[in-house]
Amino acid sequence: MVSIGAILLRTGLLGLGLLAGCSDSWNNPYPGSEGDANVLYSAFSERPKHLDPARSYSSNEVEFTGQIYEPPLQYHFLKRPYTLIPLTAEAVPKPRYFDAAGKLLPDDAPAASIAESVYEIRIRAGIRYQPHPAFARDAAGRLRYHALDRGAVGDIARIADFEHSGTRELVAADYVYQIKRLANPRLSSPIFGLMSEHIIGLKALGTVLEKAARVRPDGTLNLDDFPLAGAEVVDRYTYRIRIQGKYPQFIYWLAMPFFAPIPWEAEAFYAQPGMADKNLTLDWQPVGTGPFYLAENDPNRRMVLKKNPYFHGETYPTDGSEADQQARLLVDAGKPLPLVDEAVYSLEKETIPYWSKFLQGYYDSSGISSDSFDQAVQFTSGGDPQLTDSMRDKDIHLITAVAASIWYVGFNLLDPVVGGLGEDRQKLRQALSIAFDYDEFISIFLNGRGIPAQGPIPPGLFGYVEGVAGLNPYVYEARDGRIQRHPIETARKLLAEAGYPNGRNAKTGEPLVLYFDTMASGPDAKSRLDWMKKQLDKLNVQLVVRGTDYNRFQDKIRKGNAQLFEWGWNADYPDPENFLFLLYGPHKKVGTGGENAANYDNPEFNRLFERMKEMDNGPERQQVIDAMLEIVRRDAPWIFAYYPKSFGLRHGWLHNVKPNLMANNTLKYRRIDPELREVRRAEWNRPVLWPIVLLVAAMIAVIAPAAIAWRRHERKTA
Amino acid sequence: MLAYILRRLLYAIPILIGVNLLTFALFFVVNTPDDMARLQLGAKHVTPEAIERWKAEHGYDKPLMLNAAATGSARLTDTIFFQHSAAMFVFEFGKGDDGRSIGNEIRTRMGPSLAIALPVFVIGLMVNVTFALLMVFFRATYLDLWGVVLCVVLMSISGLFYIIAGQYFIAKLWNLLPISGFAGGIDGIRFILLPVLVGVVAGIGGGARWYRTIFLEEIGKDYVRTARAKGLGEVRVLFRHVLKNGMIPILTGAVVVMPLLFMGSLITESFFGIPGLGSYTIDAIQAQDFAVVRAMVFLGSFLYIVGLILTDISYSLVDPRVRLQ
Repeated sequence: MVSIGAILLRTGLLGLGLLAGCSDSWNNPYPGSEGDANVLYSAFSERPKHLDPARSYSSNEVEFTGQIYEPPLQYHFLKRPYTLIPLTAEAVPKPRYFDAAGKLLPDDAPAASIAESVYEIRIRAGIRYQPHPAFARDAAGRLRYHALDRGAVGDIARIADFEHSGTRELVAADYVYQIKRLANPRLSSPIFGLMSEHIIGLKALGTVLEKAARVRPDGTLNLDDFPLAGAEVVDRYTYRIRIQGKYPQFIYWLAMPFFAPIPWEAEAFYAQPGMADKNLTLDWQPVGTGPFYLAENDPNRRMVLKKNPYFHGETYPTDGSEADQQARLLVDAGKPLPLVDEAVYSLEKETIPYWSKFLQGYYDSSGISSDSFDQAVQFTSGGDPQLTDSMRDKDIHLITAVAASIWYVGFNLLDPVVGGLGEDRQKLRQALSIAFDYDEFISIFLNGRGIPAQGPIPPGLFGYVEGVAGLNPYVYEARDGRIQRHPIETARKLLAEAGYPNGRNAKTGEPLVLYFDTMASGPDAKSRLDWMKKQLDKLNVQLVVRGTDYNRFQDKIRKGNAQLFEWGWNADYPDPENFLFLLYGPHKKVGTGGENAANYDNPEFNRLFERMKEMDNGPERQQVIDAMLEIVRRDAPWIFAYYPKSFGLRHGWLHNVKPNLMANNTLKYRRIDPELREVRRAEWNRPVLWPIVLLVAAMIAVIAPAAIAWRRHERKTA
Repeated sequence: MLAYILRRLLYAIPILIGVNLLTFALFFVVNTPDDMARLQLGAKHVTPEAIERWKAEHGYDKPLMLNAAATGSARLTDTIFFQHSAAMFVFEFGKGDDGRSIGNEIRTRMGPSLAIALPVFVIGLMVNVTFALLMVFFRATYLDLWGVVLCVVLMSISGLFYIIAGQYFIAKLWNLLPISGFAGGIDGIRFILLPVLVGVVAGIGGGARWYRTIFLEEIGKDYVRTARAKGLGEVRVLFRHVLKNGMIPILTGAVVVMPLLFMGSLITESFFGIPGLGSYTIDAIQAQDFAVVRAMVFLGSFLYIVGLILTDISYSLVDPRVRLQ
């Protein structure tokens, strides 16, 4: 028996060795990969839905499209506050203003006099697209793959299956083509509604294209046949966008993939019969000019970005702050980008394997889930986060950043109990704002990953005021030089002044009962909801939680049937307008379907908003914003909850990581030390063989007595 | 037999229509086409016009089941139900609401699902039958007793525990296999070893205990006594006679699930990063993608019917007394 066990053990070990692909690390999840290759390894938890720049909006989609497509502008990787710089454009365009008669106005012309803003964008010559069969030409110069039938597409499963590929130079017409695509009804671009209010003629183009699509339900729409007054080609490298009135925030949209170029050849190529049946569509197989192209697209398993061989020599930024210098973020200054040859993103739906693989060195960076937070991070006595010893021993680094986002509890201002702008209602909402102790919430539920919000504008954006000077005086006060929440007695006093002494209606004696609508469910949500009830218990106010699903919740908010609700917002661009518009009266959810979920409508706030949104950043704009913040803090349509703080980890071999919450194309700056990674992986992942020996021994220990008993039994029977 | 199979396949048509109707009704009781559009278009900057455009583009701007404005057969055919269901009966699944070909997705995901489910099924069946026969062989001894105890313990533990424990010990602590991932060809073997091992171990408790019961029932029958009286050894009695006769109830449970192996396992695939069909339906429900939901429910029902037919056929193969008419 022992010899059989030994044979089994040897065979097993040999088999496992073979299975490990002769690698030192048997648990390496990258088959056939060369450990010292200049490849970045990361993960994604949700498969992207759209990779078409006209459609994709989610952060998990932009993580890919941002590396492939190039809008004319981008955010500087290192500079703060966030600064726009040219990407494919020669310069950041300055709008020219015209009045209704078409007369050029000065830059400081009053917004009311501006009928039209014109952005003229000149792109650099010589930029070329990634290699793609859509550009492949035969010897006669004809596009090789533009007359395919179903039979020809039959054997094709991936873009790489096409034998030939080609490229061509980027031209201004590609940008205009993409702007027209925003109006294509077949694409359902999420920003069409917004942009059709600003880009001249886009709404009309949408109507025309809708009719054309109805006439030709199965045919393609050749967008070159449909002119758009708001987007014109000036010359080969210049195009012009015309905006209704003044819309200074438009410049930020020019740094988003929505305004990236699309070559007509790509759309025509994918429109051929049989392509869509194989998921060969522009929505799934991007064609861009960026530093990477999508070489492997299996959203159920992994996505691989490879260096675009035709990328136009951009270099690592040379201008950074002293802090950047100290953080060694300028070591690669002036080097050609991208700094990695390939990036492999694997699908990891569950946090446990994701975290384990990060610790094994198979992912270069990771977020920190609640389950692993205590293992990774601890807080100093001063409240500052720092890595645990086990993380530091592995040369893992902590990256923190306050997101350009806010979470808030909204009051429905149309509600008869909590709504309205009267002084009593203001006091009621202020009292509730004090009672909800979000400092405690952040500590209990977020592991300290948040900052109590003082207003709608998060840190890092113009308009946010740091420290005691920026506190919300209706909820907080400065004590010992620190921001402290008002004592609960203040809230009780406000509640009494609002007509609810000790939580009861002064006239009827009825207890004050509030209703909180939420989509949250499950054990985690229950503890949060219990915490919310506890906060109002302090005021003797009852909170009834109305749990609902996503659809019903949205429906209640749309119809104004909710009373209290939790909501959040992520910045589209680094301008206070992108947060303050959430409280702008004409954007009320009820009636207009806008983003103002609280249905807050203060005429003074609205007037200041209209003024502020068209101003350039400066002391005058800050004054207007301060006045708006004062109004909104006093009216308290939201309980300003917190600005989330993101915590991430990176291994010591991953360099040039600086959180940039606006830029979506930062992969090109990342640098890897693959040799160091390989050494660490081998060190951390040595196979432990004794369990196999133990298992075999245990099996022998079980089988041997059984075999003996069997033989005895057989003899007895015989 | 051919006539029987054809008849059963014809019976399947009304069943599949019924399943389709039920799926349709349940789905649209919870979600409206407007909700679907909102979820697809995202939470930001969505206008009522954008919702209408999305619905028109995806065929959800029609009445649900009866088009009162239409005439003739169009009253039934120019509806969401007909437009989204009819083609499925020729296995044309169309596109998901995200624009991707569902047929292509199913074909692509089926392989990885089978790569895990088939070995788990086959190896699991063999291990369970062997373990059950061993317990029967050693019946009324301490080996049988502790075998049953072990089975009860194994079946009392959550499936998720096996996965997490397997990943923790084998992949993380001992570094013997990748913790998750998938690859095609020979490279793929080391990725499927751990999920298969976990799947087999997780199934031993329930499977072996059930089969033991079946075999114990058989072993007390007259033909077994006769076989022993003829002088046959216990091994031959068990494997030639008891196993063969115990196959009928085993087939009932086993054959019917065989076609459903294509559908994969949600938790296993999710934890091990297997790009299979397991999570396709759940993801589609969460994304309110009716096109995928109805296609997967249809496919599941069809495969279940196929499984039942295969079970009937297998009865006739293992038991000559059974005739399919």
